[in-house]
Amino acid sequence: MTRKQFILSLEGVSKTFDGFKAINDLSLYVEEGELRVIIGPNGAGKSTMLDLITGRTRPDSGTIEFADKTDLTALNEYQINRLGIGRKFQTPSVYVDHTVFENIWLSLEGSRSLWSCLSSRVTPSQRERIGQVLKQVNLAGKATAKAGMLSHGQKQWLEIGMLLAQNPKVLLVDEPAAGMTDEETIRTGDLLMSLAGKHTIIVIEHDMVFVRQIARTVTVLHQGSLLCEGTVDEVQADERVIEVYLGRKKKT
Amino acid sequence: MTPLLPKRELILVSIAAFIGLVVLPCLNAFTPANSALHVSSFTLSVYGKYLCYAVLALGVNLLWGYTGLLSLGQCLFFTLGGYALGMHLMLLIGKLGQYHADIPDFMVFLEFPKRFPETGGLPPHWIPFKSFWFAAAAVVWVPGVVAFVFGWLAFRSRIKGVYFSILSQALTYAATLMFFRNDFTFGGNNGLTDFKFILGHDVNQAGTKRTLYIASGVLLLLVYLLCRWLTSTKFGLIQRAIRDSENRVLFSGYATADFKLFVFVLSAVIAGLGGALYVPQVGIINPSEMAPDKSLEAVVWCAVGGRGNLLGPILGAVSINALKSYATHAFAEQWPYILGGLFVIVTVFMPKGLIGIPEQLRELKRRFGPKHEDKLAPRPVAPTTDV
Repeated sequence: MTRKQFILSLEGVSKTFDGFKAINDLSLYVEEGELRVIIGPNGAGKSTMLDLITGRTRPDSGTIEFADKTDLTALNEYQINRLGIGRKFQTPSVYVDHTVFENIWLSLEGSRSLWSCLSSRVTPSQRERIGQVLKQVNLAGKATAKAGMLSHGQKQWLEIGMLLAQNPKVLLVDEPAAGMTDEETIRTGDLLMSLAGKHTIIVIEHDMVFVRQIARTVTVLHQGSLLCEGTVDEVQADERVIEVYLGRKKKT
Repeated sequence: MTPLLPKRELILVSIAAFIGLVVLPCLNAFTPANSALHVSSFTLSVYGKYLCYAVLALGVNLLWGYTGLLSLGQCLFFTLGGYALGMHLMLLIGKLGQYHADIPDFMVFLEFPKRFPETGGLPPHWIPFKSFWFAAAAVVWVPGVVAFVFGWLAFRSRIKGVYFSILSQALTYAATLMFFRNDFTFGGNNGLTDFKFILGHDVNQAGTKRTLYIASGVLLLLVYLLCRWLTSTKFGLIQRAIRDSENRVLFSGYATADFKLFVFVLSAVIAGLGGALYVPQVGIINPSEMAPDKSLEAVVWCAVGGRGNLLGPILGAVSINALKSYATHAFAEQWPYILGGLFVIVTVFMPKGLIGIPEQLRELKRRFGPKHEDKLAPRPVAPTTDV
């Protein structure tokens, strides 16, 4: 196996906050086009891992490389985003004062320079692309609504739409199904699965029903390290995973 | 897309501009002094001062209302603009000062000729201010450069929220202390005053005062239009997006620090322009104008008038200063309490400020309106939130 085929590779990454080892010698490899689900109990370091990949925090040691060996630890948030790594936050972050249309428009791939923003023109191709994205995330009828007026689930979708508008190579999605109804959850799962292949997707999730719906490969994190990796069934049958989740004592 | 100016606002602005820029100056110029309609030159200068404050308020609003950056040091930039033009006006006094010297009075009694003998007492950095155009350029670039350096350091270090506010206040306080020093060569606590001429005209003449007033009105109108345009572009959307969810903007590939820096510098330049027109109309500029409480007042104007839109800050700046002119005559001691009380009442009961009152009334009408009334006589509209 050569390292070249990985779009994202973390090697020996550690991060300590005030003596607390949030991430401990973590190595993780994600292939291009993969849909990877990451689970783990609270405090396992899932969100910290996303912070490290997206440049919000820097690792104490270890390397994080993107595609053709771009060192992500040397870049800041917007530079990493411009490489094609998009992130959805755990709590939906949308621009509440803007319309749904404007939310997507600001997220469309294209120039991010200050000077190019001194215009208010939406080109026909941009308008078409925005329409496509809105249809994809089921918000076509809400284009002129203020994002702040959307329901929680719709805000989650809008943020996923904002990510799609960037057309990123890698989507990092933190708990997309949180606060959604069962039906919304299933549709979110369908959406993510339809995107896999074209994009590489890393999903952090708690909801095991949802994980079961979308997961091909599951990675379990525990105390900042990789505990095990495999299919949902393999992972659920794994003794160590059961122990971590249920706190069962090891049989000797 | 939406037009640059909504129709109602266009009508409102046109009427205000017509009254401010045409009617008042005409009443000053063409009515006899004893007529009831006459607007005195003094009054016109006072209004001109309000307009300069309104320019400052628009700058504060661009930062706070639209970008979420609460700067408590905007009067520093206002005052720097004022000093830049004031220095030029000082040099125009010539031998008409108290000491009939070639250099401004304060330089004579602070014995500058001993300190700068090779220039006859004029500090070297004052020399280029003999040129009006140099001074006019300095009105723009001095506040701009100071804001750029401070903003660059602050935004690169990710200083946000209340920390940014406190630092900006510290900056203006430090500058105040510096300008208070006599050996800082800007006139110490007396500042710059006793101006005689501007561009060859007597500053105390009615025509000059009228022109300065009109210039302030035109500046306000231009700054208003600039803000109106800027906030309607994609840039404006990003400004408000930074205010509401900066992380989302940053993680969408925008260098938010650059955007914030741009707005900060722009609002400093706007403040500087306002300060430059303020000085010849008020006739004095001194370091107390950049003291932290002045910048706080500018923030109060925005909050009371209504931030996050463009007419609110203008309304706030003009009305509060008009109230201040009256109140500091009528009950000077209580003025700080009145201002503070006003601020509290507005923030608690009128989150959208004075400009938001009609909307709030409509809201109340909807809630308590006659829709659900059956047989009873229509209830009066619920009392408004004035206490």
